[in-house]
Amino acid sequence: MMHRLPSYAMNKPARGSLLGIEHLEDKEILGLLKLARRMNPLKPRPLLRNKRVVLLFYEASTRTRSSFEIAAKSLGAITTLVQSSGSSIEKGESLLDTGYTLRAVGADAIVIRHPAAGAPHLMAKHLDIPVINAGDGMHEHPSQALLDAFTILKHKKSFKGLQVAILGDIYHSRVTRSNCHLLTRFGVKITLCGPPEFVPEVSATLAPGLRITRHIEDALRGVDVIMLLRLQKERLAGQKISLQDYIARYQMTSARLRLAKRDAIVMHPGPIIRGLELTAEVADGPQSRIIDEVHNGVPTRMAILARALGKAK
Amino acid sequence: MPNDKSKPVALLIKGGHVIDPAAKINSQMDVLLRDGRVAEIALPNKIRGGSDEKFDARGLIVAPGFIDLHVHLREPGQSHKETIATGTAAAAAGGFTSVCTMPNTAPVVDTAEWVAWLRHPERAAVVNVFPIAAATRSSRGASLTDFADLQRAGAIAVTDDGKPILDDDIMRAALRLGAELNLPVVQHAEDTRLTENASMHEGPTSFRLGLRGMSAAAEADIVERDVTLAQQIRESRLHVAHLSTSDALKAVRRGKRSIHNARVTCRVTCEVTPHHFTLLDRDVGEFDTSFKMNPPLRTPADREAILVALADGTVDAIATDHAPHATHEKQVEFERAAFGITGLETALALAITKLHREHKIPLTRIVELFTAGPARVFDLRGRGSLARGNFADVTIFDPKKRWTFDAAKSRSMSRNTPFDGWQFTGKVVATIVGGKIVSSGD
Repeated sequence: MMHRLPSYAMNKPARGSLLGIEHLEDKEILGLLKLARRMNPLKPRPLLRNKRVVLLFYEASTRTRSSFEIAAKSLGAITTLVQSSGSSIEKGESLLDTGYTLRAVGADAIVIRHPAAGAPHLMAKHLDIPVINAGDGMHEHPSQALLDAFTILKHKKSFKGLQVAILGDIYHSRVTRSNCHLLTRFGVKITLCGPPEFVPEVSATLAPGLRITRHIEDALRGVDVIMLLRLQKERLAGQKISLQDYIARYQMTSARLRLAKRDAIVMHPGPIIRGLELTAEVADGPQSRIIDEVHNGVPTRMAILARALGKAK
Repeated sequence: MPNDKSKPVALLIKGGHVIDPAAKINSQMDVLLRDGRVAEIALPNKIRGGSDEKFDARGLIVAPGFIDLHVHLREPGQSHKETIATGTAAAAAGGFTSVCTMPNTAPVVDTAEWVAWLRHPERAAVVNVFPIAAATRSSRGASLTDFADLQRAGAIAVTDDGKPILDDDIMRAALRLGAELNLPVVQHAEDTRLTENASMHEGPTSFRLGLRGMSAAAEADIVERDVTLAQQIRESRLHVAHLSTSDALKAVRRGKRSIHNARVTCRVTCEVTPHHFTLLDRDVGEFDTSFKMNPPLRTPADREAILVALADGTVDAIATDHAPHATHEKQVEFERAAFGITGLETALALAITKLHREHKIPLTRIVELFTAGPARVFDLRGRGSLARGNFADVTIFDPKKRWTFDAAKSRSMSRNTPFDGWQFTGKVVATIVGGKIVSSGD
């Protein structure tokens, strides 16, 4: 028998890091959701006074960046935004060197968004401060999954027995990966729906209790929650399905929404493209919780930051 | 040859158990090496005549010197990763007396001058270096190199390793010219049109990690195509490098059957790496770049098929694909990290620990995969067996010795191995090249 000894190169991430949902314990998820319910950006609490939170963004972002920033400031922290353009990243500085530099200027935590899967994990292995994943490539987007869970629990009594449909480009979606890990943990049944290019058969192996269908009607019938995803038009290039076909077969319309439960809610991590993955009527309709999700992003991220810096009281 | 005490001209290896599959020897034998050749091999205590030095091999296996068909020693041009001196020192430590070097250096080894440069004594190689030259100019896949010229300079095969030959006409032309010269064409089988931006095997693990995957078909399709082309060309020789999928093995088996077909006389051979018979795609864990290589680690079914093929004779050789990289080329985002791991110093230990002890493949077969098998693949005359008159290349190992691999102590310049800290059974005790001990003990 062979045994792998602990390797010196692989340090454990600092306490409070949030790299993904997959390896988070149930009680940590529930603890974060509970803490988020007690957070209110309108009633700032100086839990993180004098703490320095660096927002390191290698990709464009409106919602995630602004809500992490407002969350940090609502807790009294100082924030600094570092983006790939206008920083030494443009000059070819490596991810780790950027991390060491930010640590040296006094960062107490780093919130990182990066186009490469696993970038936050690399940083967390080499830094002694908490690293929070704000989206890494196609891998995970844990803060989005937590705010989605927070949103669902505001409208549904519990996760138990809920039916969720996730529609669209599953393959490229880090939001879907995190949501599947989180929701299936608590007994939610999820149906993934889209053409094979976007929902390959392997998608069902992500978590237990996942089902795939190619037919939107089949996916929507009787569900409690509908999660939509942005369609990037350029990803249809070279695929069998045309944009018109995609819209005809998979667009969320008011008529299709009636297949779901009467109290079903519609969610979308944004940015939404009206007329593509959903109609304006659905986006602005009474069942839409799209703006509510954005709103819930702030208390959820306040909870994540408070936990990261050991102030989860 | 100078009769220098530090370089004995006669060395008697006494009391060991010789395994020499090519000579069908598997018993206690003494071996006398003299003037760089095997002078005598005989039953214990039967060798008369003088020797300058004796090696006590009691309790040890004495095998023909191991041959690695696939190493990257990084010179010319990438000496921050490895040099011929450090790479061959690692080879010696791992029991290899001969290594075949890949041409994907900077510049690419596509001229006779570079082949000669690789073999020059100034490179300070401590084991035999057999260059494999580029099959096309700069390995761009457009026009063939001068095979005959390269062969005269010492190249033992041609390949565009890492940049596989995708164009049917070029591959056909390479196999044809190779057939004329009896020169094997080595193919890294990967349809690179299907693997753009991919960094591991395509499957549940790549999907979960959000990484683009390389499908098994991207390898198998090229092997299928190459075998079909080879079968159309009399006496062509195709060698499939670091085969990693069950489907590619099927194609190789089809190719090997043609040897028994009078009308089709191509020779199809293949090699497998220790990491592909040991590890799985899911071992990349949370983006550990020590597990990133090309071809990537595959599924349990692929590994099972490889184990069967190692046992049943379909696989001709174990080759390491030793691919050293500097730390800064590996300590980056997984998708940006360089492909490849070092392997020279862990190959025998993995073969004994995994293949012999865990999967019950006999030691004789394992020795064959390191010696007679690879010698046949590239026709390395006088090597791969301890028959009298052959080169005095010998690997002596202890199949029962337990030890822990410490990458920090590696002879290679690089540390990119997934096996750091692994406990193994089976260790090289001495490596003898041309009658001289080039590596021994710890």
